[in-house]
Amino acid sequence: MYNLLIGGAAGQGVDTLTAMLERILKRAGNNVFTYRDLMSRIRGGHNFSLIRFGVRDIASHSYVLDGMIALNEETIELHKDKVKSNGFILCDSKLILPEADAADPRLIKLPLSDTAKELGNAVVAGSIALGAALKLMGEGLEQCADVLALSVKSEFVGLNLKAFEAGFGAVEVRFAHGGGRAAAAAADAGGIGRILLNGNKAIALGALAAGLKFYSAYPMSPSTSIMEYLSSKMIESGVVVEQAEDEIAAINMAIGASYAGATAMIGTSGGGFCLMVEALGLSGMAEIPLVIVNVQRPGPTTGLPTRTEQSDLKFVVSASQGEFPRMVIAVKNQEDCFYQTIRAFTIAEKYQIPVIILSDQYVGDSTATLNSFDLSGVSQSGLNESCEPEYLRYRYSDDGVSPRKLPGNQCCFVTADSDEHDEHGMITESADVRVRMMDKRMKKLELLQKELQEPEFLGDKDFETLLIGWGSTWGPISEAITLLNSNSGMKFGALVFGDVFPLPTEKITQMAARAKRIINIEQNATGQLAGLIREYTGVQMTGSVLKYDGRQICADEIVAAINKEVGK
Amino acid sequence: MSNFETFETAWCPGCGNHSILECLKTALEELGKNPHEVLMMAGIGQAAKTPQYISAHTFCGLHGRSLPPAQAAKIANSDLTVIVETGDGDSYGEGGNHFVHAVRRNVNITHFVHDNQIYALTKGQASPTTTEGQVTEVQPTGSHNSSFNPLLMAISAGAGFVARAFSGEKEHLVEIMKKAILYDGYALVDIYQPCVSFNKINTFAYYKQRVYKLGDDYNRFDKIGAMQKAMEPDSKIPIGIIYEEKKTTFHQKNEVLTNCAKSGVSLARTKQDLSLVQRYIDELR
Repeated sequence: MYNLLIGGAAGQGVDTLTAMLERILKRAGNNVFTYRDLMSRIRGGHNFSLIRFGVRDIASHSYVLDGMIALNEETIELHKDKVKSNGFILCDSKLILPEADAADPRLIKLPLSDTAKELGNAVVAGSIALGAALKLMGEGLEQCADVLALSVKSEFVGLNLKAFEAGFGAVEVRFAHGGGRAAAAAADAGGIGRILLNGNKAIALGALAAGLKFYSAYPMSPSTSIMEYLSSKMIESGVVVEQAEDEIAAINMAIGASYAGATAMIGTSGGGFCLMVEALGLSGMAEIPLVIVNVQRPGPTTGLPTRTEQSDLKFVVSASQGEFPRMVIAVKNQEDCFYQTIRAFTIAEKYQIPVIILSDQYVGDSTATLNSFDLSGVSQSGLNESCEPEYLRYRYSDDGVSPRKLPGNQCCFVTADSDEHDEHGMITESADVRVRMMDKRMKKLELLQKELQEPEFLGDKDFETLLIGWGSTWGPISEAITLLNSNSGMKFGALVFGDVFPLPTEKITQMAARAKRIINIEQNATGQLAGLIREYTGVQMTGSVLKYDGRQICADEIVAAINKEVGK
Repeated sequence: MSNFETFETAWCPGCGNHSILECLKTALEELGKNPHEVLMMAGIGQAAKTPQYISAHTFCGLHGRSLPPAQAAKIANSDLTVIVETGDGDSYGEGGNHFVHAVRRNVNITHFVHDNQIYALTKGQASPTTTEGQVTEVQPTGSHNSSFNPLLMAISAGAGFVARAFSGEKEHLVEIMKKAILYDGYALVDIYQPCVSFNKINTFAYYKQRVYKLGDDYNRFDKIGAMQKAMEPDSKIPIGIIYEEKKTTFHQKNEVLTNCAKSGVSLARTKQDLSLVQRYIDELR
């Protein structure tokens, strides 16, 4: 497994080069995981990607580098300490470096911009660097033409190919693969059996599979790429994507669309979710299904717009006045994003409740290679239009769910009301009706117990130390567990929660009883999941690892922190 | 016997809402509407209770948020006649931002604003359309904010149907309502109505003395003239269609919805195409 950094100022093409390289590597038979560290600016500043690849499964990023493509001086300054002694730092010979850096044996200076100009266009300097990096990493150029055909305008494919070749010819192989990749590539038909995508795209695809018909949102990092992807497919797939005037409009529109029979979803980040809170209650009160995606970023307020955090958990499980049923699903990785989104739609429709998908910038923006998605279990969407003369929209029912109908049908009226209402959907202040309606709605929380997925267990079943995580820390924790169990004499297990509300309590209760230590690992300052676990099970953590600097924790950091905790 | 049944209301005797509800039923009857093709939507307020008192599909959502779900319901199900019935506070105060953007979006819905120039549900505070200087319990030295002009705002934001009516001129109101419902696009009718309990300034007599009907000589298709008409001082209140213009609607501009129209199926009744989703997945290889 190798790890490559591409860094530069915003506007220098870090993301374009990353997208090309990760796809070339994937098509060559590698697993790939790419973490994007972006600043909230359009020009300048410093952006970088960490592209990790190899034949083994890769669940998270690492900051130990085998190589670096530096598009500016700052990239070298910021990351040179992370490059291994046998690694490389690849840059344009025009970069002006301090003496020590210029003499660094890891440095490979190539005339990227001059060669690009000689080839005919200065913009292909990056492709020259990619060609060189592929050679250094022991990769070939076989996949470049196809990937270029998907990445650049057809008239630039030839020029870019020449640039790749120029870079490839300018350096020698530095790292050889330990075998197995060719076999993996062959088994995978040249890497095309699997797919490469980020979490936001996986959520959008899951929504399309589930029958999404209406998506409204107000642009907000890091959720906007969901809307961008859906917009790119909207005409063909028949989805109305509407940019609302604000998040309040976005959620109220989605509720109106869902009421009128169009399967609806909205996406935002924490700040936008704040504005949606009153209408979240409307979805619960009027029993109108809705899927809400919150791609978390660090708060409070504007916080760190393009970075990652898991600090909205306690907010979303209790947001909005009054009491009503809801479900909150935290997505653990890109594959989860797809399947859990489909599940969110199923549950929202079945119980007529809001379902919140809690993602974050790490899952949303990071790309990963996955097995192609399986659509075989997906069912068709659509509302019942059959005639029911004695129909009552909010009829009391044993299971708390009263059938929905499509407004516009010719034999019954479909009502919706934010006031407390009777079975007809008419305003009432009757104490008796109030209690029966509350009981009818809250009954759904009991029913949801049957839907709950227990947290995923990782590691050694005879653990002494149990790690607890949720959502996006799944990747770093799963890698850390392997390292911990192979490096020390002690045994470690981990429970990573996906469903977080209602909280599944069975496994945590059982496993906590036989753990010597329980340590929560969360990307927030207060241990929000630990708080929920304590509330619903009484289980107390014995230690905690909390990170809230806006950067995702990686396996090495977890291992170091756990060793420290265990040594206490 | 009306198709649109009447229910007992919670409004004060003498409230303009009664006349507006009566006129709405008449307008729907005269247009030959079937109650099952009508969706009545509202936010919260006294006027926003209107959907509760008429037999149709109803959606009573959040205060200030009547327009977003109404537009989306029409997008989801274009077979429905979507009518928003709500007050001045709901439409221009809490929901002011949605008002401007509903005009811009131009979804084919009808917006009847019961404008009593006061907050009635919360018992008598200034609304955006309260006359500047008017004294209320929480504005004891008078409302210091200038009075909002919804007609001028709607015309300047690009609305294609802007009208004013008065609850005391019922025949006229019915005609305006019918034209607004038939208009293809977002139609605003700001309906002045007395609030007998909380607005002692803008009474029935106040409006009755001031309103005058726009005659045949008025050119409602002239935008500048319409803006001038909308800016006439309060001493005279023109009622009728202030401005009208044929405009391309959201449904005509949105490619997804034009495709739905071509196939004769509303968005809500379309099914997802999993083979298409499979193709999108394959694009990621």
